[in-house]
Amino acid sequence: MSQTIIKDLMPKDELLASGHLACPGCAAPVAMNLVLKALGPQTVVTLPACCWSIIAGPWPQSSLRVPLFHTAFETGGAVASGIKAGLAARGDTETTVIAWAGDGGTFDIGLQALSGAAERNEDIIYFCYDNEAYMNTGIQRSSATPWGAWTTTTPTGEPEATPKKDMVSILAAHGIPYIATASVAYPVDLVEKVKRARTIRGTRFIHILAPCPPGWKTQNDETIDLARQAVQTRVFPLFEVENGRNWRLTVDHADEPVAPYIRRQARFKHLTDEQVERIQADVDDRWERLQRRIDCGT
Amino acid sequence: MKKVMIGNHAVSWGVQRSRVEVISAYPITPQTQIVEELSDMCADGRLPARYIKVESEHSAMAACIGASAAGVRTFTATSAQGLALMHELLHWAAGGRLPIVMADVNRAMAPGWNIWTDQNDSLSQRDTGWIQLYCETNQEVFDTTVQAFRLAEQINLPVMIILDAFFLSHTSEPVDLTDQEIVDEFLPQRVAQYKLDPSDPHAFGALVRPDAYMEMRWQQQEAMRDTLRVMPEVDEAWGALTGRRYGAIEEYRTEDAELLLVTSGTITSTARHVVDARRSSGEKIGLVKIKMFRPFPTALLRSALAGADRVAVLDRNISPGHGGIFAEETRSALYDVPLEDRPTLFGYVLGLGGRDVTPSVIEAIVDRTREAEAPERQDLWVGVEL
Ligand SMILES: Cc1ncc(C[n+]2csc(CCOP(=O)(O)OP(=O)(O)O)c2C)c(N)n1
Ligand code: SF4
Ligand SMILES: [Mg+2]
Repeated sequence: MSQTIIKDLMPKDELLASGHLACPGCAAPVAMNLVLKALGPQTVVTLPACCWSIIAGPWPQSSLRVPLFHTAFETGGAVASGIKAGLAARGDTETTVIAWAGDGGTFDIGLQALSGAAERNEDIIYFCYDNEAYMNTGIQRSSATPWGAWTTTTPTGEPEATPKKDMVSILAAHGIPYIATASVAYPVDLVEKVKRARTIRGTRFIHILAPCPPGWKTQNDETIDLARQAVQTRVFPLFEVENGRNWRLTVDHADEPVAPYIRRQARFKHLTDEQVERIQADVDDRWERLQRRIDCGT
Repeated sequence: MKKVMIGNHAVSWGVQRSRVEVISAYPITPQTQIVEELSDMCADGRLPARYIKVESEHSAMAACIGASAAGVRTFTATSAQGLALMHELLHWAAGGRLPIVMADVNRAMAPGWNIWTDQNDSLSQRDTGWIQLYCETNQEVFDTTVQAFRLAEQINLPVMIILDAFFLSHTSEPVDLTDQEIVDEFLPQRVAQYKLDPSDPHAFGALVRPDAYMEMRWQQQEAMRDTLRVMPEVDEAWGALTGRRYGAIEEYRTEDAELLLVTSGTITSTARHVVDARRSSGEKIGLVKIKMFRPFPTALLRSALAGADRVAVLDRNISPGHGGIFAEETRSALYDVPLEDRPTLFGYVLGLGGRDVTPSVIEAIVDRTREAEAPERQDLWVGVEL
């Protein structure tokens, strides 16, 4: 039986150096590595405060082999807009400018600047690697934290009380040319989406689920498996949206129950079976809404 | 070419002549006409810049930071609440050594809402690492705008050009718009020493540990020290081309003066009239205008003020819990002057929130400073207590 080696399918550029400072088992550098492979060296990255500010390495080092501009937490969309304009002002319209932000920098404090950039349809790709909390500052909740989760600001006695914000719908409402969700467990799908995004002009948004062992209270070697399970349980479906419409799934999604996915993460260990059922109901509800959008093509 | 124009448009024309490449701005009274005029200039081709119409001042500064890091000449303008909203990013611009130029139209901070002039907005940003240049006339506004880009790019620090709300921003005066060829000679296209360049990748702004952070702040301070030398050189180079020069401070009729007024902004023009009138009746009085507030021209001020008997500093601002800010900084500049040469300093707080500072207000200050035995306090509130 012939075997497909995923590594052989990946672009050969190595733009993330070894020796970066992520925790063992962190999905965030895996995501960056795949994205840079897909984009190639003619790329400029701006990085608002997040775990990646540390992963990238302290001065005078950098784990990226492309230009990197560290910036204030809430400014990803605006700084990327400025970099693009600056390069274009001197005739460089080819370099891909990306913002690379966490869920806090995207869903919360950076939402205004991102919305501004999206509404102006700036020619940038905005990546959100989503580990579902403020990890850099020690696991505080964000509006991407799922219902029921423990974080250091949502203790088990009073866990996260609201469901995860539907960021993709917010971006879709801006009508930007391209939105995708992606997963480190589906590298071929991820790289294809990024390559596709690179050929499109205007604001593109790519949302990548990035499991975090210390924040999710999981084992280091579970990360990729968890990311896959998030897709197969439909907790984090993989799809694309063009111009705010044409919603389309990009991989087959099994219909696995969420309970095993939830139960292996100790950030949910305080939840009762009824509460896990509630998560299942919410996942089903979101999936149904997604299906309706796919069916009617809007 | 001479044109009659409001101060706000003098800024816009300075930006046009400087061939700015990226503008990013957000409206706020009384600054808005600066960026409206720039939109027209970009639309009708007078200025082929990219104009990013952001959703806040915060993003205006963030976009300027990005564009400046990409190596091009950038500009924004704001006032009061808008400037305050930018605060974190002002540090980012200065610490990142980005030569961004911004005009701030001095407007009082709310609450209560007040659109009229005072200096608390810009002075609240004193320690963000921006060079601050205060202007007195619309001509000076235009000239300072062009000079600011050369200074910023030579020293790798951002520059704030400051003009009074309404007294300059909305008041028409003739302005000599220096020909483009002359400006081009004075201010060639920016060549960034460091920039975001995929063919030469570097990281900017990464984590710096205690063993190196301090050296970076020291380099910033060295750049500020260099500015004390470079700002007058830039001013002189412009003067050689246009005949107009301003200095970091200006001494006006200070020869053998016993009493010196210290002013900034448009109050200076009013004070000049008072000095002229008093001089013609034989009083030994003069005026020192502070144009450059950061870096603070300590040595220049010391030599301008030492030897006078009394100094009256007119502050259109207040540091609550301390005093008028120009007075406090001037007082500390005088500390090293030997006692026998050290003037007594009177700090007057006046004109906040756009309250008019008329010649008779300044006349009363002159008389009081002359007659009082000593200042009762470090801040004397004109029109409130006096
Ligand atoms: C204005 C501001 N507020 C707070 C912080 C502190 N801060 C730095 S990173 C961070 C959390 C980042 O969370 P997220 O964007 O989800 O990225 P992660 O660290 O989880 O990868 C916070 C709160 C900051 N740098 N700036
Ligand atoms: S805390 Fe989580 S997201 Fe941050 S580096 Fe560690 S594993 Fe990665
Ligand atoms: Mg996070």
